[in-house]
Amino acid sequence: MNSVIRGTGYPLVHVPDMVLLNGTTQTTERIVNPESEYLKKLGDHIRTYEQACAYYPNQVYIGNYTPEILEEVEFPWYDKPSPVSDRFGKYGEIMPQEEFYLLMQASDEFELLFLEKAFVEKYKPELAKNGIITEAILDRIHEGVELEQIKKQVNEHKAEPLRSNGELVGYVKNAHAIDENLSAHVMLENLVSKASSVLSLLYALKDAGMNPDDVEYVIDCSEEACGDMNQRGGGNFAKAAAETAGLNNATGSDVRGFCAAPSHALTMAASLIKAGTFNCVAVTAGGSTAKLGMNGKEHVNKDLPILEDVLGGFATILTANDNINPEINLDIQGIHTVGTGSSPQNVIGSLVVDPLERAGLKVTDINKYSPEMQNPDVTKPAGAGDVPQSNMKMIGALAVKRGDMDRKDLNDFVSKHGVVGFAPTQGHIPSGVPYLGHARQEILDGKMEKVMIVGKGSLFLGRLTNLFDGISFIVQANEGVEEEATVSRDEIRGLIAESLRDFASSLLESR
Amino acid sequence: MDLENQQRVLDLSNEYGAENIVVLVGAGEGEAAGLAAETVTAGDPTYAGPLTGVSLGLCVYHVCEEAVKAEFDPDIYDEQVGMMEMVLDLDEIAEEMEAIREEYTKYC
Repeated sequence: MNSVIRGTGYPLVHVPDMVLLNGTTQTTERIVNPESEYLKKLGDHIRTYEQACAYYPNQVYIGNYTPEILEEVEFPWYDKPSPVSDRFGKYGEIMPQEEFYLLMQASDEFELLFLEKAFVEKYKPELAKNGIITEAILDRIHEGVELEQIKKQVNEHKAEPLRSNGELVGYVKNAHAIDENLSAHVMLENLVSKASSVLSLLYALKDAGMNPDDVEYVIDCSEEACGDMNQRGGGNFAKAAAETAGLNNATGSDVRGFCAAPSHALTMAASLIKAGTFNCVAVTAGGSTAKLGMNGKEHVNKDLPILEDVLGGFATILTANDNINPEINLDIQGIHTVGTGSSPQNVIGSLVVDPLERAGLKVTDINKYSPEMQNPDVTKPAGAGDVPQSNMKMIGALAVKRGDMDRKDLNDFVSKHGVVGFAPTQGHIPSGVPYLGHARQEILDGKMEKVMIVGKGSLFLGRLTNLFDGISFIVQANEGVEEEATVSRDEIRGLIAESLRDFASSLLESR
Repeated sequence: MDLENQQRVLDLSNEYGAENIVVLVGAGEGEAAGLAAETVTAGDPTYAGPLTGVSLGLCVYHVCEEAVKAEFDPDIYDEQVGMMEMVLDLDEIAEEMEAIREEYTKYC
C-alpha cells in the first residue's frame, strides 16, 4: 500500500539582521576584507519586511499564488511588488525576525538564548496573536534580561549577538567552554534550524488537518549537524523539533545528503509507511543562516536588493493510504548510484529517464517535473542561470537523444512540463520538495496525474567524495486501495447461524 | 570560484609551472565561465580567495569550445557532453572565453 501526502508546510522567516551577521559570504568578507566596499554598501540593499512580503516568489512559496503566476509576471520580479503581500498563506507564513527570536528561545532547552526585557514585552503579544503558535510554546518564553548583560556577553564572552534593525536585543552563548561544536556560532545555527523546523511541522499538521499526537516518526533532512566533540553529527534535530512542536507520540532521526536529503527522507518515510512500520511520518527541515546573502556580492554589484534574506522551512506529513490524497509511488524511482558517473547526462539519465523507461513511460508522460526549484531572480544575476529551467532543458535534451521527442519540441517541453523556480536558495530547501504542496493540490483538483520530484546533491562539498548524488520519485493521483477479499463480521455470524441450524435439523432428523 | 579550488590551481601552477597548465571550465553560463576564467588569468575578481591579486595568466578553455571538443574521442565526448551541448548557449560561452583569453592569458 502506497503512502499518501496528507499535508505540507512551507514557512519563511524574514531575517535582515541575520543576513549581515550570520551569512557566510558576509562573515568571510569581514575576515578577509573587513574594509570592503561590499560590506559598506550592503546595509543599503536590505529589504524591509513589507518588501519581502510583497515579493512574488515568497508568496508562491507560502501558497498564496501558484507557480504559474511567475510565468505571467515579467522577469525580473524583485522590482515588481506583488499585489498580494499577506503574512499568512495556505502553507505557511512569512514570520518577522523579531517573533522568530522568541520562537528560537522557546526551542532552546539549555538556556543559551537570552532576549532583552523590553523586546520580549513588545513582541511576545505579537507572537501570541499567531494562531499556529501553541500555548506550550508561548509558556517557554522567558521574561527577558537587562541590556547590560547582553552587552557584556557579546563584548566579553564571544556570545553571538541577536539584533533587530541593528540594535542589540539578545544573544546566544556557547554551550561549552572549549568545544567548537557547541560554540555560540554553532548553537545559533542549530537553534535557527530547529525553530524553523518546528514552525514547518506546525503548518504541515494544520494543512493535513491532523493532531500532533498522530505523528509516530519524524525525519529531519536539513543541512546542519548537532553534537559535541565526541560525536559531532550525533543528532537528533527531528526529535528535538518534535518535542517543541508537541508531537508527544513520535520519535525520529536525521537524514543527511546535502540538497538531496529531502528526497532521500521522503523515500524513507514512504517506505516506513509502505512496510507498515508506522502509519504517520513527518519529514521536516529548518532553514540555514549560513546561506543568507550567499550571492550578495553579485546582487549589490548589480544594484539589486539582497534577495536571500529569508530562512526557508518545509515539512510534509505522510500517512497510510486514505484513498484520497496523492500517493508516493516507490516503484518508479531514479537512483544515482556510486557507479552512475557524474556527467550531467548520466545524472539526468539515472534520475529521470531510466526509471521512466523501466516503467514503460515516456518523459512526456509526466505532467510536471520538480528538480531544483531555486528562484532565478536570485541565481541569474549571480551568473548561475535559471536552475530549474536548465534542469528541464537537460531532461528534454535527453528525451530527444533517446527518441522520446523531436528536437523542435524542446522549448515547448520545457515550458509545458517545467515549474518556474520560486524557492529561496537555502540548499536543501529548493531541491524538489517546494513543489509538493502545489502538486498535491493540482492532483487533488484533477488537473494533473503524475509529478516527478528530483532531489540532487553535491557531495563534494563535504570533501569525503567527489561523487554527485540524487534520488527521485513519482507523486501520482490516488488509485484507491484494492479491496481485499475479506469476510465481514455479519457474514461470519450468518455462516455460524446457518451451520447451527443445519446441525440442529440433522439432530431432529436423526431422532 | 570556490576558494579551495583557487588554492588547488595556485598549488598546481607553482608545482608544474603556469606555462604547463590548461584549465578546463565546465560552467553552465557564459558569465560564470568568464568569472572562473578571469580568476585563473587576471586574479580573483571577488577579492576573496588565494588568487586575489595573483595574475597567473593560465591557458583556459570551456569544455564545450570547438578547440577542446576536437581533442576528445567523439564517442566519449558525445556520451559525456553531448546532452549539455544541446542545453547550453555555446556561442555566448565561447565569446566570453575568447574575450578573457584575449585580454589576460599569457600562455595560449
